[in-house]
Parts: sequence; C-alpha cells; structure tokens
Amino acid sequence: MANIVEHHDLGYAPVAGGTGSSAGLWSGRWRNALRNAFPFIVVGAMWETVAHLGLFPPRLFPPLEAVAAALMRLTLNGVLPHHAFDTLLRLTAGFTLATLAGITIGILMGRSRRAEDILLPVISIGAPIPGLAYTPLFLLWFGLGNVSTVLLVGFVSAFPIIYNSWTGVKAVKDIWVRSAQAMGADDRRLFRHVILPGALPYILTGLRLGLAQAWRILVGVEMLAAVPWGLGWLIFGAREFLNTDVMLAGIAVIAMIGLALEKLVFQPLEQFTVVRWGMMT
Amino acid sequence: MSAERPSLRNYQSLRRGAITLLVLATAYEAVARSGCFAPALMPTLGTVGQTLIDSILDGTMIVHAGVTLYRVLSGFALAVAIGLPLGVMMGRFRAVENFVLPLTSALMPIPSLAWVPVFILWFGLGDTVTILIVFYAALFPMLLNTWTGVRAVNPIWLRAAGAMGASERALFWKVIIPGSSPFIITGLRQSFLRAWIAVIGAEMLAASNWGLGWVIFDAKEFLNTDVMLASLVVIGFIGFITERLVFGSIERATIYRWGMARAAKS
Repeated sequence: MANIVEHHDLGYAPVAGGTGSSAGLWSGRWRNALRNAFPFIVVGAMWETVAHLGLFPPRLFPPLEAVAAALMRLTLNGVLPHHAFDTLLRLTAGFTLATLAGITIGILMGRSRRAEDILLPVISIGAPIPGLAYTPLFLLWFGLGNVSTVLLVGFVSAFPIIYNSWTGVKAVKDIWVRSAQAMGADDRRLFRHVILPGALPYILTGLRLGLAQAWRILVGVEMLAAVPWGLGWLIFGAREFLNTDVMLAGIAVIAMIGLALEKLVFQPLEQFTVVRWGMMT
Repeated sequence: MSAERPSLRNYQSLRRGAITLLVLATAYEAVARSGCFAPALMPTLGTVGQTLIDSILDGTMIVHAGVTLYRVLSGFALAVAIGLPLGVMMGRFRAVENFVLPLTSALMPIPSLAWVPVFILWFGLGDTVTILIVFYAALFPMLLNTWTGVRAVNPIWLRAAGAMGASERALFWKVIIPGSSPFIITGLRQSFLRAWIAVIGAEMLAASNWGLGWVIFDAKEFLNTDVMLASLVVIGFIGFITERLVFGSIERATIYRWGMARAAKS
C-alpha cells in the first residue's frame, strides 16, 4: 500500500463537460489544458518580474528567455543531446543490472526460506544507508567514471526491487498455489502461470520505485564521479562559470526526462500487463 | 514480521541470519588481510571498529552526526510545516488542487540533488543550501500523501458528522485528520527517508566543515577508508533507528490505536 501511494498517477481531474457532443468535449479539453497551464503562467510571470527588477544579478537569476535561449543553443549545437544521451545510457545500464539482480534475488527470497534467512539480514543492513553515501567507497574501489556510476546506480535501485519482488511472491494467495498444484501443475508452470502473474503488481511497483531511485541518485553521482558527459556534470560544471542559464536549462531537460520515464515507460507497461490480466484496475 | 511463526523456525531463521553475517565478515576480513588490495582501500574490521570508537570518544563523530541531524530535521520540519497544510487544502479545495498539482507534477521528477549547484550559487555554501535541498526532497511525498489521504476519507463519515452538527473545525480535527492519518504517516515516513538521502548527498556537494556526508567525501581525498566505513555505520544506524523506533512508535500510537491500520505494511 505504502509503496503504491507514492506513485499514484497524477492524472488530473477528468475532462469537464462530458455532454457527449464533440464540441462540448473540445471546449472541455481546452479548459482542462488552460487550467493546467495557469499555474505555470503565474509562476513564470513572477519569475520574470523578479528577474527584470534587477534584485539579483542577472548572471545568478537569468530571465526565462535567457534560459530558453541557452536551451535552444545547447540543443542545436548537440551538446545537450550528448549529455542527455550519456545520462540515459548510464540509467539504462544501471537499471538493467538492478532489475536482473533484484527480481532474481527477490523471487528467490520469496520462494525459498533458506534464501530468505540468508539474504534478509544482509539486505536489512544495506537498505537504510542512503545510496549516495556509498559513492566515495565505490569511487575508491572502482575508480572515477562510468563503472562506478553504473554499479552504484544498479546497487542502489536494486533494493526496492528486491524488497517488492519478495513481498509480491509472499503475497501470492496460498490457495492459488495449492489449487494449481492439485490440478497437477509442475514447478515450472506454477511459477510461470501462478506466481509470476500474482507477484507482478508488486514487482512492477518495485521496478517503478527502483527507476525513480536510480534517477534521483544518478544525477548526484554524476556530479561526484567526474564523468566526462552527463546532465549532472553539465549542471555541476556550469556552476564554475556562473552559467545559471545553462544550469536551469539542464534542470529543465532533467525534468522532461523524469516525466517521460513515468508517462512513457511505466504507465503503458502497467496497462499492458497488470491491468490486462485483471490484477489491478 | 515473524510474530505468527512457531518459535523453533524463528530460532532457525535467526541462526541462519547470524551465520550469514559471520561468514560475510570472515570473508571480508580474510580478503582484507590477504593483502590483495591496499590496506588503505580495504581496512580490516578491527581498524574500522577502532576508528569508530575513537571518533565517538573524542566527540568528532558525535558533532558530525549532530550537525547532520540538525540539517535534516530543519529541512524535514519545514517540509511538514508547508506540505501538510497545503496537502489538506488541496484535498479540501478544488482551486488549490488545480493550482498546485500541475506544478507538483512538473517539479517532482527533478531529483533534489540537481538543484544543489543552483542553490550554491544563490545561497552560498553552508547550512542554507543543505536545509533547502532537504526541504525540496521531503516536500513532495508529504504533499501527495496528505492530499491522497484527505481525498480518501470516506464521504459517509463526513456527512454523518455533518448531520450530527459537527462544526467545520470539529470535522477537521475529529474526522479528516484521523481519517487520513495512515496516508499522512506514510507521507512522513517517505519524506524522512527522502530527506535522509538528500542530506547526505547535499553535504557531499555543498560541504562546509561538518556533517556525516562531508566526512565520507572528505575521507576519500585522504584515502581514509576506515573513516568512511565508520561514518557509513553511523549513517546506517541513524537511518535504522529513525525508521524502526521513531516511525514505528508513531504508527502504534496513532493509526493502530485509532483502528485505521491497513493490511500491508511498507
């Protein structure tokens, strides 16, 4: 429950109108879009006012058009896409590692008591330490750069995946397992047709939490691990030259990627599997 | 976790767990002593323990932990002071919800640490940056959970209380707050977890001279791996204590007593 609450999707209030006629639907949609845009307009106007009043030096508090210009310039000359691509590559590599290790360990823990007894203490010791605290240790052991970053991201995001897969397998109803066995399912079919679908909502929650965690950690690690390219490094490096506009442009890209991960990766995945199998509405 | 298991199996789990940890520790010790890696990179457990005890006895570790706790608690308190009322208002008033929700969904995917360089430029190195980063990290779970909680309050309870003549204020304190308490407490818990992660990261990046995150990062420069591992132990210990003892007892004192507990526990 608690894990799910964090990620209830922020679907906005349903479209107003609902009169059935297409004109009503359209105007409702417009109103909806306007309503969502309104807070951004207000905040943007406030930002502009402060920036143009000159309360702060413009280098530190650039107006929005400067940020947009920086965003355009860096996108067109290919610097920003390169940074973003490297960051995404690291995220993918680390998260894939975490997924493979996490689901395997979690399911093993859920199915075998021996594995649970052996692994649980190790995991309960590792989990309460914030992932970033391991950064210097990883940097010392594996050197600056990509290896440390990917390993650290994988390591950190594995915990929620392990935990949720484990809970998920344990939450599969005993009666489903027994009835499948009574109908003569062997271990393999039991796993594929009962345990895996039964645990899937939890596993997906775990993946989602793991990805969110990986994303949060990655930007910080990139700042610390001195990787040559990457959005975290872009922001951190821009500080040296007081390029606040570049920093804010980098943050805007980070926000877009974060939003896209949620909307384009996980919501469709959930639709295709969990909802279709009727495990969750 | 194991309340309903027979004690014999419980004992077996405990023994297996202890054996695992023992085996891991022995393996680590063996590798550390074998000299495959430089002792500066992989100190023996004895050295780490010694460093930990020394730094606690001469007070440095306690000051570091104190400074970190001060930062994390300030940021967390700020996040609760703003997130909780705002979340309640979002749940109660449509206009507030319409205004805050789009902003939240745009800001939430930005990891708090991405703001560190910007905040350093704006506020200079030091406590302010760290506290604000903690605040940013802790705000959203608090806000969203409170909002969800208030909306999840059963409308029948509201109408029943209204029919019995409850004032707006009584409605708030006697129905809405207890009704949404499971979500609010989940929010507090998640917020603190985020805050704890953020404070360590922010201290590494925006370090002044004190704080557990700063110690770890500083120790790297001098290859003091024993100091690093000792601080990791302290960080893990504090995280564990707050999670289990503080939030566990809050949960017992409120949700369970009010009979609001849900089946699954995070």
